[in-house]
Amino acid sequence: MIRDAVLIAKKDLRIEFSTRVTLAQILPFGILNLLLYGFALSPDLKVVGAERSVLEQVAPGLFWLAVLFAAIMALGRSFAIEAADGKLDALQMAGIDPAGVFLGKTAAVALQIFLLEVVLGLAAWVMFGPPLGSAMLLVTTVLITTAAIAAAGTLYAAVTAGSRVRDTLAPLLVLPVLTPVLLGATLATDAAFFGPTSDGTPWLLLIAVFTLLFVGVGMMAFGSLLEES
Amino acid sequence: MTDTKLEIGHELSSGGLTTTGTGSKVTKVLGVAALVAIGLQLLFGLYYSGPEVVQGEAVRLFYVHVPSVLTAYLGFGITLVASIIYLRKGSQFWDLVAGSAAEIAVLFCAFTLFTGAVWGKPTWGVYWQWDPRLTSTTVMFVMYLGYLAVRRLDLEPRVRSRRAAVLGIVSFLNVIIVHYSVDWWRGLHQQATFGVDTKLDGLMLFSFFLGLVAFTVVFAWLLIHRFRVSWLEHQLRLARLDEALVERRAEGTIDGTTGAIS
Repeated sequence: MIRDAVLIAKKDLRIEFSTRVTLAQILPFGILNLLLYGFALSPDLKVVGAERSVLEQVAPGLFWLAVLFAAIMALGRSFAIEAADGKLDALQMAGIDPAGVFLGKTAAVALQIFLLEVVLGLAAWVMFGPPLGSAMLLVTTVLITTAAIAAAGTLYAAVTAGSRVRDTLAPLLVLPVLTPVLLGATLATDAAFFGPTSDGTPWLLLIAVFTLLFVGVGMMAFGSLLEES
Repeated sequence: MTDTKLEIGHELSSGGLTTTGTGSKVTKVLGVAALVAIGLQLLFGLYYSGPEVVQGEAVRLFYVHVPSVLTAYLGFGITLVASIIYLRKGSQFWDLVAGSAAEIAVLFCAFTLFTGAVWGKPTWGVYWQWDPRLTSTTVMFVMYLGYLAVRRLDLEPRVRSRRAAVLGIVSFLNVIIVHYSVDWWRGLHQQATFGVDTKLDGLMLFSFFLGLVAFTVVFAWLLIHRFRVSWLEHQLRLARLDEALVERRAEGTIDGTTGAIS
Protein backbone atom coordinates (compact mmCIF):
# COMPACT_ATOMS: atom_id res chain seq x y z
CA MET A 1 0.00 0.00 0.00
CA ILE A 2 2.75 2.46 0.99
CA ARG A 3 4.73 1.47 -2.09
CA ASP A 4 1.65 2.15 -4.26
CA ALA A 5 1.11 5.47 -2.50
CA VAL A 6 4.69 6.54 -3.21
CA LEU A 7 4.29 5.54 -6.87
CA ILE A 8 1.08 7.55 -7.27
CA ALA A 9 2.50 10.58 -5.46
CA LYS A 10 5.63 10.51 -7.62
CA LYS A 11 3.51 10.23 -10.76
CA ASP A 12 1.33 13.21 -9.78
CA LEU A 13 4.31 15.35 -8.84
CA ARG A 14 6.10 14.44 -12.08
CA ILE A 15 3.02 15.57 -14.03
CA GLU A 16 3.00 18.82 -12.06
CA PHE A 17 6.71 19.26 -12.66
CA SER A 18 6.30 19.01 -16.41
CA THR A 19 3.05 20.98 -16.74
CA ARG A 20 3.60 23.54 -13.91
CA VAL A 21 -0.14 24.16 -13.49
CA THR A 22 0.08 24.71 -9.73
CA LEU A 23 3.09 26.94 -10.01
CA ALA A 24 2.07 28.96 -13.05
CA GLN A 25 -1.71 29.20 -12.61
CA ILE A 26 -2.90 28.27 -9.13
CA LEU A 27 -0.24 30.15 -7.18
CA PRO A 28 -0.82 33.45 -9.04
CA PHE A 29 -4.56 32.90 -8.50
CA GLY A 30 -3.93 32.65 -4.75
CA ILE A 31 -1.89 35.84 -4.71
CA LEU A 32 -4.60 37.54 -6.74
CA ASN A 33 -7.04 36.52 -4.03
CA LEU A 34 -4.95 38.32 -1.40
CA LEU A 35 -4.85 41.44 -3.57
CA LEU A 36 -8.62 41.37 -4.01
CA TYR A 37 -9.14 41.06 -0.25
CA GLY A 38 -6.98 44.17 0.10
CA PHE A 39 -9.24 46.00 -2.36
CA ALA A 40 -12.41 44.82 -0.62
CA LEU A 41 -11.17 45.76 2.87
CA SER A 42 -9.30 48.97 2.24
CA PRO A 43 -5.89 48.99 3.99
CA ASP A 44 -6.83 52.33 5.60
CA LEU A 45 -9.95 50.91 7.21
CA LYS A 46 -9.62 51.04 10.98
CA VAL A 47 -12.07 50.60 13.81
CA VAL A 48 -12.11 53.78 15.92
CA GLY A 49 -9.70 53.39 18.82
CA ALA A 50 -8.23 50.15 17.45
CA GLU A 51 -4.50 49.69 17.31
CA ARG A 52 -4.40 47.71 14.07
CA SER A 53 -6.08 48.16 10.71
CA VAL A 54 -9.00 45.86 9.92
CA LEU A 55 -6.91 44.20 7.21
CA GLU A 56 -4.12 43.40 9.66
CA GLN A 57 -6.61 42.13 12.21
CA VAL A 58 -8.33 39.70 9.83
CA ALA A 59 -5.15 38.72 7.96
CA PRO A 60 -5.10 35.12 9.36
CA GLY A 61 -8.62 34.43 8.08
CA LEU A 62 -7.91 36.02 4.71
CA PHE A 63 -4.74 33.97 4.32
CA TRP A 64 -6.63 30.72 4.94
CA LEU A 65 -9.41 31.74 2.55
CA ALA A 66 -6.84 32.29 -0.19
CA VAL A 67 -5.28 28.91 0.64
CA LEU A 68 -8.68 27.18 0.53
CA PHE A 69 -9.60 28.61 -2.86
CA ALA A 70 -6.19 27.77 -4.29
CA ALA A 71 -6.37 24.29 -2.75
CA ILE A 72 -9.76 23.69 -4.38
CA MET A 73 -8.13 24.31 -7.75
CA ALA A 74 -5.17 22.06 -6.94
CA LEU A 75 -7.60 19.30 -5.89
CA GLY A 76 -9.60 19.66 -9.08
CA ARG A 77 -6.37 19.39 -11.03
CA SER A 78 -5.39 16.28 -9.06
CA PHE A 79 -8.40 14.42 -10.46
CA ALA A 80 -8.55 16.14 -13.84
CA ILE A 81 -5.31 14.36 -14.70
CA GLU A 82 -6.98 10.99 -13.99
CA ALA A 83 -10.28 11.69 -15.73
CA ALA A 84 -9.26 11.23 -19.35
CA ASP A 85 -8.83 7.87 -21.07
CA GLY A 86 -10.30 5.84 -18.18
CA LYS A 87 -7.14 6.18 -16.12
CA LEU A 88 -8.97 5.36 -12.90
CA ASP A 89 -9.89 2.01 -14.45
CA ALA A 90 -6.31 1.55 -15.54
CA LEU A 91 -5.10 2.13 -11.96
CA GLN A 92 -7.51 -0.54 -10.74
CA MET A 93 -6.46 -2.99 -13.41
CA ALA A 94 -2.83 -2.40 -12.61
CA GLY A 95 -3.64 -3.88 -9.21
CA ILE A 96 -2.85 -0.73 -7.28
CA ASP A 97 -4.38 -0.65 -3.81
CA PRO A 98 -7.20 1.98 -3.67
CA ALA A 99 -6.00 3.02 -0.22
CA GLY A 100 -2.59 3.56 -1.79
CA VAL A 101 -4.11 5.70 -4.53
CA PHE A 102 -5.85 7.77 -1.86
CA LEU A 103 -2.72 8.23 0.23
CA GLY A 104 -0.56 8.95 -2.82
CA LYS A 105 -2.87 11.57 -4.25
CA THR A 106 -3.34 13.08 -0.80
CA ALA A 107 0.43 13.29 -0.30
CA ALA A 108 1.08 14.83 -3.71
CA VAL A 109 -1.66 17.42 -3.29
CA ALA A 110 -0.54 18.11 0.31
CA LEU A 111 2.95 18.93 -0.90
CA GLN A 112 1.54 21.35 -3.47
CA ILE A 113 -0.79 22.95 -0.94
CA PHE A 114 2.13 23.31 1.46
CA LEU A 115 4.17 25.17 -1.16
CA LEU A 116 1.16 27.37 -1.89
CA GLU A 117 0.87 28.12 1.82
CA VAL A 118 4.51 29.08 2.15
CA VAL A 119 4.39 31.57 -0.71
CA LEU A 120 0.90 32.87 0.08
CA GLY A 121 1.86 33.16 3.75
CA LEU A 122 4.87 35.27 2.94
CA ALA A 123 2.79 37.39 0.56
CA ALA A 124 0.03 37.87 3.14
CA TRP A 125 2.59 38.76 5.80
CA VAL A 126 4.21 41.35 3.55
CA MET A 127 0.91 42.76 2.31
CA PHE A 128 -1.15 42.77 5.51
CA GLY A 129 1.77 42.90 7.94
CA PRO A 130 0.75 41.52 11.36
CA PRO A 131 3.71 40.96 13.74
CA LEU A 132 4.46 37.27 14.31
CA GLY A 133 4.10 35.99 17.87
CA SER A 134 4.74 32.22 17.95
CA ALA A 135 6.49 30.75 14.90
CA MET A 136 6.19 27.28 16.43
CA LEU A 137 2.40 27.44 16.61
CA LEU A 138 2.22 28.87 13.10
CA VAL A 139 4.32 26.09 11.57
CA THR A 140 2.35 23.37 13.39
CA THR A 141 -0.93 24.90 12.31
CA VAL A 142 0.18 25.07 8.68
CA LEU A 143 1.38 21.44 8.68
CA ILE A 144 -1.74 19.95 10.31
CA THR A 145 -4.11 22.06 8.22
CA THR A 146 -2.33 21.03 5.03
CA ALA A 147 -2.94 17.38 5.86
CA ALA A 148 -6.59 18.10 6.70
CA ILE A 149 -7.33 19.95 3.45
CA ALA A 150 -5.49 17.38 1.35
CA ALA A 151 -7.18 14.33 2.93
CA ALA A 152 -10.76 15.62 2.99
CA GLY A 153 -10.29 17.34 -0.37
CA THR A 154 -8.98 14.21 -2.09
CA LEU A 155 -11.89 12.16 -0.78
CA TYR A 156 -14.46 14.69 -1.98
CA ALA A 157 -12.74 15.37 -5.29
CA ALA A 158 -12.98 11.64 -6.03
CA VAL A 159 -16.76 11.78 -5.55
CA THR A 160 -17.16 14.12 -8.53
CA ALA A 161 -14.31 12.70 -10.66
CA GLY A 162 -15.26 11.96 -14.24
CA SER A 163 -18.42 14.05 -14.21
CA ARG A 164 -19.04 16.96 -16.57
CA VAL A 165 -20.24 19.16 -13.72
CA ARG A 166 -17.18 18.49 -11.57
CA ASP A 167 -15.86 22.06 -11.71
CA THR A 168 -19.02 23.54 -10.25
CA LEU A 169 -19.94 20.77 -7.85
CA ALA A 170 -16.56 20.04 -6.22
CA PRO A 171 -16.28 23.42 -4.41
CA LEU A 172 -19.89 23.11 -3.20
CA LEU A 173 -19.02 19.75 -1.66
CA VAL A 174 -15.60 20.49 -0.22
CA LEU A 175 -16.00 23.98 1.23
CA PRO A 176 -18.77 23.24 3.78
CA VAL A 177 -16.89 20.14 4.88
CA LEU A 178 -13.78 22.22 5.50
CA THR A 179 -15.70 24.66 7.73
CA PRO A 180 -14.14 23.29 10.95
CA VAL A 181 -10.68 23.44 9.35
CA LEU A 182 -11.10 27.05 8.24
CA LEU A 183 -12.36 28.06 11.68
CA GLY A 184 -9.64 26.16 13.51
CA ALA A 185 -6.77 27.24 11.28
CA THR A 186 -7.88 30.87 11.37
CA LEU A 187 -8.14 30.97 15.16
CA ALA A 188 -4.89 29.04 15.68
CA THR A 189 -3.09 31.39 13.28
CA ASP A 190 -4.69 34.34 15.02
CA ALA A 191 -3.26 33.00 18.28
CA ALA A 192 0.15 32.53 16.66
CA PHE A 193 0.20 36.19 15.63
CA PHE A 194 -1.66 38.02 18.34
CA GLY A 195 -1.46 35.47 21.19
CA PRO A 196 -2.06 33.94 23.63
CA THR A 197 -0.50 30.81 22.14
CA SER A 198 -2.50 28.46 24.36
CA ASP A 199 -5.70 29.50 22.52
CA GLY A 200 -4.44 27.70 19.45
CA THR A 201 -3.84 24.25 20.95
CA PRO A 202 -7.48 23.00 21.16
CA TRP A 203 -8.03 24.00 17.55
CA LEU A 204 -4.95 22.08 16.45
CA LEU A 205 -6.36 19.03 18.21
CA LEU A 206 -9.68 19.48 16.43
CA ILE A 207 -8.00 19.70 13.03
CA ALA A 208 -5.86 16.67 13.88
CA VAL A 209 -8.98 14.62 14.74
CA PHE A 210 -10.59 15.81 11.51
CA THR A 211 -7.51 14.73 9.55
CA LEU A 212 -7.38 11.28 11.16
CA LEU A 213 -11.08 10.77 10.45
CA PHE A 214 -10.74 11.66 6.80
CA VAL A 215 -7.54 9.68 6.26
CA GLY A 216 -9.30 6.67 7.80
CA VAL A 217 -12.52 7.05 5.83
CA GLY A 218 -10.58 7.83 2.65
CA MET A 219 -8.48 4.68 2.92
CA MET A 220 -11.57 2.55 3.53
CA ALA A 221 -13.91 4.16 1.02
CA PHE A 222 -11.61 4.92 -1.92
CA GLY A 223 -12.17 1.48 -3.43
CA SER A 224 -15.94 2.14 -3.61
CA LEU A 225 -15.35 5.59 -5.09
CA LEU A 226 -12.95 4.46 -7.79
CA GLU A 227 -14.90 1.48 -9.14
CA GLU A 228 -16.24 2.47 -12.52
CA SER A 229 -19.15 0.07 -12.87
CA MET B 1 -35.35 -6.96 0.92
CA THR B 2 -35.05 -7.99 -2.69
CA ASP B 3 -35.77 -5.56 -5.45
CA THR B 4 -38.25 -7.68 -7.34
CA LYS B 5 -40.72 -8.25 -4.52
CA LEU B 6 -41.86 -4.66 -4.39
CA GLU B 7 -45.13 -3.99 -6.13
CA ILE B 8 -46.60 -0.56 -5.64
CA GLY B 9 -49.72 -0.18 -7.68
CA HIS B 10 -48.14 -0.30 -11.10
CA GLU B 11 -47.82 -2.81 -13.85
CA LEU B 12 -45.56 -3.05 -16.81
CA SER B 13 -47.68 -3.42 -19.92
CA SER B 14 -46.73 -3.41 -23.57
CA GLY B 15 -47.48 0.30 -23.70
CA GLY B 16 -44.93 0.98 -20.98
CA LEU B 17 -45.57 1.81 -17.36
CA THR B 18 -49.06 2.43 -16.08
CA THR B 19 -49.47 3.46 -12.52
CA THR B 20 -52.34 3.96 -10.14
CA GLY B 21 -50.35 6.39 -8.00
CA THR B 22 -48.14 5.90 -5.01
CA GLY B 23 -50.87 5.65 -2.38
CA SER B 24 -51.68 2.54 -0.36
CA LYS B 25 -53.71 1.72 2.73
CA VAL B 26 -50.79 2.51 4.98
CA THR B 27 -50.14 5.90 3.43
CA LYS B 28 -53.84 6.76 3.52
CA VAL B 29 -53.97 6.06 7.25
CA LEU B 30 -50.71 7.99 7.71
CA GLY B 31 -52.07 10.87 5.64
CA VAL B 32 -55.24 11.14 7.70
CA ALA B 33 -53.21 10.86 10.91
CA ALA B 34 -50.92 13.64 9.67
CA LEU B 35 -53.84 15.94 8.89
CA VAL B 36 -55.39 15.30 12.32
CA ALA B 37 -52.07 15.88 14.08
CA ILE B 38 -51.47 19.11 12.17
CA GLY B 39 -54.99 20.29 12.96
CA LEU B 40 -54.58 19.51 16.65
CA GLN B 41 -51.20 21.19 16.73
CA LEU B 42 -52.56 24.36 15.14
CA LEU B 43 -55.32 24.38 17.73
CA PHE B 44 -53.04 23.82 20.71
CA GLY B 45 -50.05 25.75 19.44
CA LEU B 46 -51.93 28.86 18.38
CA TYR B 47 -55.08 28.85 20.51
CA TYR B 48 -55.14 26.77 23.70
CA SER B 49 -51.56 27.38 24.89
CA GLY B 50 -50.67 30.84 26.11
CA PRO B 51 -47.68 33.14 25.56
CA GLU B 52 -44.47 32.42 27.46
CA VAL B 53 -42.96 34.75 30.09
CA VAL B 54 -39.63 35.46 28.37
CA GLN B 55 -40.35 34.70 24.72
CA GLY B 56 -43.92 35.96 24.61
CA GLU B 57 -45.91 34.91 21.54
CA ALA B 58 -42.68 33.93 19.75
CA VAL B 59 -42.57 30.75 21.84
CA ARG B 60 -45.15 29.27 19.46
CA LEU B 61 -42.45 28.92 16.80
CA PHE B 62 -40.69 26.54 19.17
CA TYR B 63 -43.49 24.00 18.57
CA VAL B 64 -42.62 23.74 14.86
CA HIS B 65 -38.97 24.82 14.77
CA VAL B 66 -37.55 22.15 17.06
CA PRO B 67 -39.67 19.23 15.73
CA SER B 68 -38.64 20.30 12.25
CA VAL B 69 -34.92 20.16 12.95
CA LEU B 70 -35.28 16.86 14.84
CA THR B 71 -37.09 15.39 11.83
CA ALA B 72 -34.31 16.63 9.58
CA TYR B 73 -31.77 14.82 11.77
CA LEU B 74 -33.97 11.72 11.64
CA GLY B 75 -33.90 11.91 7.83
CA PHE B 76 -30.12 12.35 7.65
CA GLY B 77 -29.81 9.45 10.11
CA ILE B 78 -31.90 7.26 7.82
CA THR B 79 -29.67 8.30 4.91
CA LEU B 80 -26.62 7.28 6.96
CA VAL B 81 -28.00 3.84 7.83
CA ALA B 82 -29.40 3.21 4.33
CA SER B 83 -26.06 4.25 2.79
CA ILE B 84 -24.16 1.79 4.99
CA ILE B 85 -26.56 -1.03 4.05
CA TYR B 86 -26.32 -0.08 0.37
CA LEU B 87 -22.53 -0.28 0.41
CA ARG B 88 -22.73 -3.71 2.06
CA LYS B 89 -25.56 -5.24 0.03
CA GLY B 90 -25.68 -3.18 -3.15
CA SER B 91 -29.46 -3.36 -3.48
CA GLN B 92 -31.16 -0.47 -5.25
CA PHE B 93 -33.84 -0.37 -2.55
CA TRP B 94 -31.50 1.09 0.08
CA ASP B 95 -29.96 3.57 -2.32
CA LEU B 96 -33.41 4.95 -3.08
CA VAL B 97 -34.29 5.03 0.63
CA ALA B 98 -31.12 7.02 1.33
CA GLY B 99 -31.87 9.50 -1.45
CA SER B 100 -35.54 9.93 -0.56
CA ALA B 101 -34.81 10.46 3.13
CA ALA B 102 -32.10 13.03 2.39
CA GLU B 103 -34.37 14.95 0.03
CA ILE B 104 -37.14 15.29 2.60
CA ALA B 105 -34.67 16.01 5.39
CA VAL B 106 -33.24 18.88 3.33
CA LEU B 107 -36.77 20.23 2.98
CA PHE B 108 -37.29 20.10 6.76
CA CYS B 109 -33.86 21.64 7.24
CA ALA B 110 -34.88 24.56 5.02
CA PHE B 111 -38.06 24.92 7.05
CA THR B 112 -35.96 24.94 10.22
CA LEU B 113 -33.76 27.74 8.90
CA PHE B 114 -36.82 29.69 7.81
CA THR B 115 -38.60 29.39 11.17
CA GLY B 116 -35.29 30.18 12.87
CA ALA B 117 -35.03 33.44 10.97
CA VAL B 118 -38.67 34.29 11.68
CA TRP B 119 -38.02 33.59 15.35
CA GLY B 120 -34.80 35.56 15.34
CA LYS B 121 -36.52 38.80 14.38
CA PRO B 122 -38.64 39.25 17.55
CA THR B 123 -36.10 37.49 19.81
CA TRP B 124 -32.78 38.93 18.66
CA GLY B 125 -34.04 41.83 16.57
CA VAL B 126 -32.41 40.38 13.43
CA TYR B 127 -33.20 37.54 11.04
CA TRP B 128 -29.69 36.18 11.11
CA GLN B 129 -27.22 35.93 13.93
CA TRP B 130 -24.00 33.91 14.12
CA ASP B 131 -25.64 31.66 16.62
CA PRO B 132 -23.81 28.28 16.82
CA ARG B 133 -26.86 26.18 16.05
CA LEU B 134 -28.14 28.42 13.28
CA THR B 135 -24.68 28.52 11.70
CA SER B 136 -24.00 24.79 11.90
CA THR B 137 -27.50 23.97 10.65
CA THR B 138 -26.88 26.19 7.63
CA VAL B 139 -23.59 24.42 6.90
CA MET B 140 -25.40 21.08 7.24
CA PHE B 141 -28.07 22.30 4.83
CA VAL B 142 -25.52 23.27 2.18
CA MET B 143 -23.64 20.00 2.72
CA TYR B 144 -26.74 17.92 1.97
CA LEU B 145 -27.63 20.10 -1.01
CA GLY B 146 -24.24 18.90 -2.28
CA TYR B 147 -25.24 15.31 -1.50
CA LEU B 148 -28.43 15.71 -3.52
CA ALA B 149 -26.41 17.19 -6.38
CA VAL B 150 -24.13 14.14 -6.35
CA ARG B 151 -27.23 11.96 -6.69
CA ARG B 152 -27.86 13.72 -9.99
CA LEU B 153 -24.34 13.39 -11.35
CA ASP B 154 -23.98 12.41 -14.99
CA LEU B 155 -22.37 9.08 -14.20
CA GLU B 156 -23.27 5.45 -14.57
CA PRO B 157 -26.13 4.83 -12.05
CA ARG B 158 -24.28 2.26 -9.94
CA VAL B 159 -21.15 4.40 -9.75
CA ARG B 160 -23.24 7.37 -8.75
CA SER B 161 -25.15 5.42 -6.10
CA ARG B 162 -21.93 4.15 -4.57
CA ARG B 163 -20.35 7.59 -4.42
CA ALA B 164 -23.57 9.03 -2.96
CA ALA B 165 -23.53 6.30 -0.31
CA VAL B 166 -19.97 7.18 0.74
CA LEU B 167 -21.05 10.82 0.90
CA GLY B 168 -24.18 9.93 2.89
CA ILE B 169 -21.95 8.38 5.55
CA VAL B 170 -19.17 10.98 5.62
CA SER B 171 -21.62 13.90 5.65
CA PHE B 172 -23.23 12.64 8.81
CA LEU B 173 -19.88 12.26 10.57
CA ASN B 174 -18.97 15.71 9.41
CA VAL B 175 -22.18 17.24 10.73
CA ILE B 176 -20.95 16.26 14.20
CA ILE B 177 -17.54 17.90 13.74
CA VAL B 178 -19.03 21.04 12.20
CA HIS B 179 -21.47 21.27 15.07
CA TYR B 180 -18.72 21.12 17.70
CA SER B 181 -16.36 23.46 15.89
CA VAL B 182 -19.01 26.14 15.39
CA ASP B 183 -20.20 25.73 18.97
CA TRP B 184 -16.63 26.23 20.13
CA TRP B 185 -16.03 29.14 17.83
CA ARG B 186 -19.05 31.07 19.05
CA GLY B 187 -18.53 29.89 22.61
CA LEU B 188 -15.55 32.23 22.74
CA HIS B 189 -17.82 35.19 22.23
CA GLN B 190 -21.28 34.43 23.55
CA GLN B 191 -23.43 31.82 25.18
CA ALA B 192 -27.00 32.72 24.32
CA THR B 193 -29.07 30.35 22.24
CA PHE B 194 -32.74 29.71 21.82
CA GLY B 195 -34.80 29.20 24.89
CA VAL B 196 -32.13 29.35 27.58
CA ASP B 197 -34.51 30.71 30.22
CA THR B 198 -37.64 29.44 28.60
CA LYS B 199 -40.10 27.83 31.03
CA LEU B 200 -42.75 25.69 29.42
CA ASP B 201 -45.97 24.87 31.24
CA GLY B 202 -48.05 21.73 30.66
CA LEU B 203 -50.03 22.98 27.66
CA MET B 204 -46.89 24.34 26.01
CA LEU B 205 -45.09 21.03 26.43
CA PHE B 206 -48.14 19.26 25.04
CA SER B 207 -48.13 21.55 21.99
CA PHE B 208 -44.47 20.76 21.50
CA PHE B 209 -45.02 17.00 21.68
CA LEU B 210 -47.95 17.32 19.30
CA GLY B 211 -45.47 19.03 16.97
CA LEU B 212 -43.07 16.11 17.29
CA VAL B 213 -45.85 13.66 16.44
CA ALA B 214 -47.17 15.75 13.55
CA PHE B 215 -43.76 16.26 11.97
CA THR B 216 -42.77 12.63 12.34
CA VAL B 217 -46.00 11.40 10.74
CA VAL B 218 -45.74 13.95 7.91
CA PHE B 219 -42.14 12.88 7.41
CA ALA B 220 -43.08 9.20 7.23
CA TRP B 221 -45.89 9.95 4.78
CA LEU B 222 -43.62 12.03 2.53
CA LEU B 223 -40.81 9.47 2.75
CA ILE B 224 -42.99 6.56 1.66
CA HIS B 225 -44.42 8.52 -1.25
CA ARG B 226 -41.05 9.90 -2.29
CA PHE B 227 -39.52 6.46 -2.14
CA ARG B 228 -42.29 5.01 -4.28
CA VAL B 229 -41.84 7.74 -6.88
CA SER B 230 -38.09 6.97 -7.01
CA TRP B 231 -38.88 3.29 -7.26
CA LEU B 232 -41.24 3.89 -10.20
CA GLU B 233 -38.60 6.07 -11.88
CA HIS B 234 -36.14 3.25 -11.39
CA GLN B 235 -38.58 0.73 -12.91
CA LEU B 236 -39.23 3.06 -15.81
CA ARG B 237 -35.51 3.29 -16.53
CA LEU B 238 -35.28 -0.52 -16.51
CA ALA B 239 -38.37 -0.81 -18.74
CA ARG B 240 -36.90 1.64 -21.23
CA LEU B 241 -33.68 -0.29 -21.15
CA ASP B 242 -35.58 -3.50 -21.93
CA GLU B 243 -37.46 -1.80 -24.76
CA ALA B 244 -34.24 -0.45 -26.18
CA LEU B 245 -32.69 -3.91 -25.99
CA VAL B 246 -35.64 -5.44 -27.86
CA GLU B 247 -35.42 -2.73 -30.50
CA ARG B 248 -31.69 -3.22 -30.98
CA ARG B 249 -32.22 -6.94 -31.25
CA ALA B 250 -35.00 -6.38 -33.80
CA GLU B 251 -32.61 -4.32 -35.90
CA GLY B 252 -30.37 -7.35 -36.08
CA THR B 253 -33.05 -9.61 -37.60
CA ILE B 254 -34.03 -9.89 -41.24
CA ASP B 255 -37.79 -9.32 -40.96
CA GLY B 256 -37.57 -7.21 -37.84
CA THR B 257 -40.34 -9.04 -35.97
CA THR B 258 -38.64 -11.68 -33.86
CA GLY B 259 -36.54 -10.73 -30.92
CA ALA B 260 -33.77 -13.17 -31.76
CA ILE B 261 -30.66 -12.20 -33.64
CA SER B 262 -30.48 -14.22 -36.82
